[in-house]
Amino acid sequence: MADAHTDHSGANHGSVGSYLTGFVISVLLTAAAFGIVMAHSFSPSGMLAAIAILAAVQIVVHLVFFLHMNASSEQRWNVMAFAFTIMTVFILVIGTLFIMHDTSINMMSR
Amino acid sequence: MLGKLSWSDIPIDVPILVGTFAGAAIAGLAVLGLITYYGKWGYLWKEWFTSVDHKRLGVMYIVLALVALFRGFADAIMMRSQLALAYAGNPGYLPPHHYDQIFSAHGTIMIFFMAMAFMTGLMNVVVPLQIGARDVAFPFLNSLSFWMTTISFVLINISLFIGEFSQCGWLAYPPLSEQQFSPGVGVDYYIWAVQLSGVGTLLTGVNFFTTIVKMRAPGMTYMKMPVFTWTIFCTTVLIMVAFPILTVALALLGLDRYLGMHFFTNDAGGNQMLYLNVIWAWGHPEVYILVLPAFGAFSEITQTFSRKPLFGYNTMVYATCSIMVLSLVVWLHHFFTMGAGANVNAFFGIMTMIIAIPTGVKIFNWLFTMYKGRVEFHATMYWVIGFMITFTIGGMTGVMLAIPAADFVLHNSLFVIAHFHNVIIGGVYFGYVAAMNFWFPKAFGFKLNEAWGKRAFWFWFVGFYFAFMPLYVLGFEGMTRRMNHYDNPEWYPWLLVAEFGAVLIALGIVCQLTQLYVSIRDRNLAENRDLTGDPWNARTLEWSTSSPPPFYNFAVVPTVHDLDAFAHDKEAGIDTRSAGGHYQPIHMPKNTSAGFFVGLFSLILGFAAIWWIWWLAAIGLIGIIATVIARSSNNDIDYYVPVSEVARIENEHTRNLQAAQAAE
Repeated sequence: MADAHTDHSGANHGSVGSYLTGFVISVLLTAAAFGIVMAHSFSPSGMLAAIAILAAVQIVVHLVFFLHMNASSEQRWNVMAFAFTIMTVFILVIGTLFIMHDTSINMMSR
Repeated sequence: MLGKLSWSDIPIDVPILVGTFAGAAIAGLAVLGLITYYGKWGYLWKEWFTSVDHKRLGVMYIVLALVALFRGFADAIMMRSQLALAYAGNPGYLPPHHYDQIFSAHGTIMIFFMAMAFMTGLMNVVVPLQIGARDVAFPFLNSLSFWMTTISFVLINISLFIGEFSQCGWLAYPPLSEQQFSPGVGVDYYIWAVQLSGVGTLLTGVNFFTTIVKMRAPGMTYMKMPVFTWTIFCTTVLIMVAFPILTVALALLGLDRYLGMHFFTNDAGGNQMLYLNVIWAWGHPEVYILVLPAFGAFSEITQTFSRKPLFGYNTMVYATCSIMVLSLVVWLHHFFTMGAGANVNAFFGIMTMIIAIPTGVKIFNWLFTMYKGRVEFHATMYWVIGFMITFTIGGMTGVMLAIPAADFVLHNSLFVIAHFHNVIIGGVYFGYVAAMNFWFPKAFGFKLNEAWGKRAFWFWFVGFYFAFMPLYVLGFEGMTRRMNHYDNPEWYPWLLVAEFGAVLIALGIVCQLTQLYVSIRDRNLAENRDLTGDPWNARTLEWSTSSPPPFYNFAVVPTVHDLDAFAHDKEAGIDTRSAGGHYQPIHMPKNTSAGFFVGLFSLILGFAAIWWIWWLAAIGLIGIIATVIARSSNNDIDYYVPVSEVARIENEHTRNLQAAQAAE
């Protein structure tokens, strides 16, 4: 334990207001994604792109309002960890697209 | 009422399983009877099962790992014996249905419950002590992680006697693992056991990452962290990155099986190749999750028994971090033959070859540490040197497999089996056993018997070569893995040699058990007791406290001046313990049974979900939620150890130290 729980440097805890703001924005974004699909607003590929963008925005909202990320200096650790996460997500997503795209061309799996 | 479960699911027609059940029941009853006879239930419950002490949890993890090793090895020697018999007209003694379950269980158990549990046990025992902390960041989560791992192992063993286990190999590739081709409960046992233990592993990753980032002793900057802590740090990062991928992959497979979805099915737009891609995006980092801590242990042991600081600490740290990142960009080499084409294969082949470079750097670091050192050939050093030879051979065959063109010849053959056993036994297992021998006196206060340790090493080392070198040959001769029967006369003699190797390894395990027995029997002999807390004249902080350490680890949190803090303090004449100083009351977490009960309810949930007994699953789920709520609303979770108690424990150790110095 060593009194670790009294040491809050590097993370602020936000207020009820910021949690509520984040919650409302998240609900709106989720409802928008559902709405686009249910109303068939765009072409299929357009809808895919739209919900992907809404999802990415939602990630940022969660990070800022729920995980309290910002660019201040006490947050260096969080920012570093976040950068590493972004890197691994990119490796995974781009690697998977690269692999599955080439596979589907060569193996005619689609 | 009982879902899919009926009397016909109890395999009373399989004599091997009935015999196993009888043996397990007799052994289990004997253990339970002995505990009752000696009246130890209260002690076990209060001091161990509900403990949040990282040292106790570490010991329990390693006990779990040794039990899993026993089960996994029993599977291994059954497979080898089947293949030594099942030639030409002889069908062997294991029908395909049973044989397929055995190789699936062997892989699953050895990776998830032997290696992962052993690794987690070592990091529990060592890391908080090594960074000068009094416990981990989240002691309750630590207990919860342990129970999630344990109940998953229980669940996998229930599959022996109720129903069946998966017959789809240790990664359950679809479409074979889909409901269409595996309608039984085997794959469900696999999914639930791996998912529940995955919760424990992920929590362990978060817990130790936070511990290392937040709770290092004052003065211990990142570049003054011991190498073992560095490797655990990189391992926890990989756990946090990789295990969610496994969870998602198996969750999607579970949705296919339970709700009739089509992520990986043959029909309705499913794509099983995506499963390979996703599962190996976890699977490759996983092998580095296992081997990095072994590298850390080798570094600590080599420098201690060469009587000089580690050669190239900085390069060791950079090599560890490079491996951490590179391990995320090589996963396709597990399925070069899937048909992704030359561009993809070339990229991942080259990345795989590059990862051999930092690993090679490490080998040279250990060699140069030994060079011109006063190398003491302690039993742990035998494992280190055996590792360097064996792992280098395994690494070279790995680079061969990294060549896509060669992989097209060798894919799915016994060559692959030989390669990964070569690195996992030679790297991971040798490393963990060396670490257990090295840190055992720290955890228990007495040393392990060296003679039996060396015998165990020789049987394992020689047995390994007899068991797995023939598999390289068989791979070149075209024998594929997971075969139940064969007709090729060329293969037969090699498989007999491999069977002989498996018997030698069995003797190695017997020697290890004997070593434990002999050491416990002779624990009070003067030459075996560790009164000083520093039996090897070692270099890092864990050796500055008593053996076994007091439950609060350090009465006064040490201040770190240099890399290898304890070695620096010994040379400079600084008393790292600050004995006789002004003690403060120490803030400690209270024991809790919440982890045990969450585990128990998870076991009920898993078992019920496997058999589609939905009312029981609901009870399990409600139990988990209720336990978590009860735990969260409990504020009575910590206490202060009074100064008088600290002073009493510390003075006793000081007297022991003085007696030991006087005896020298």
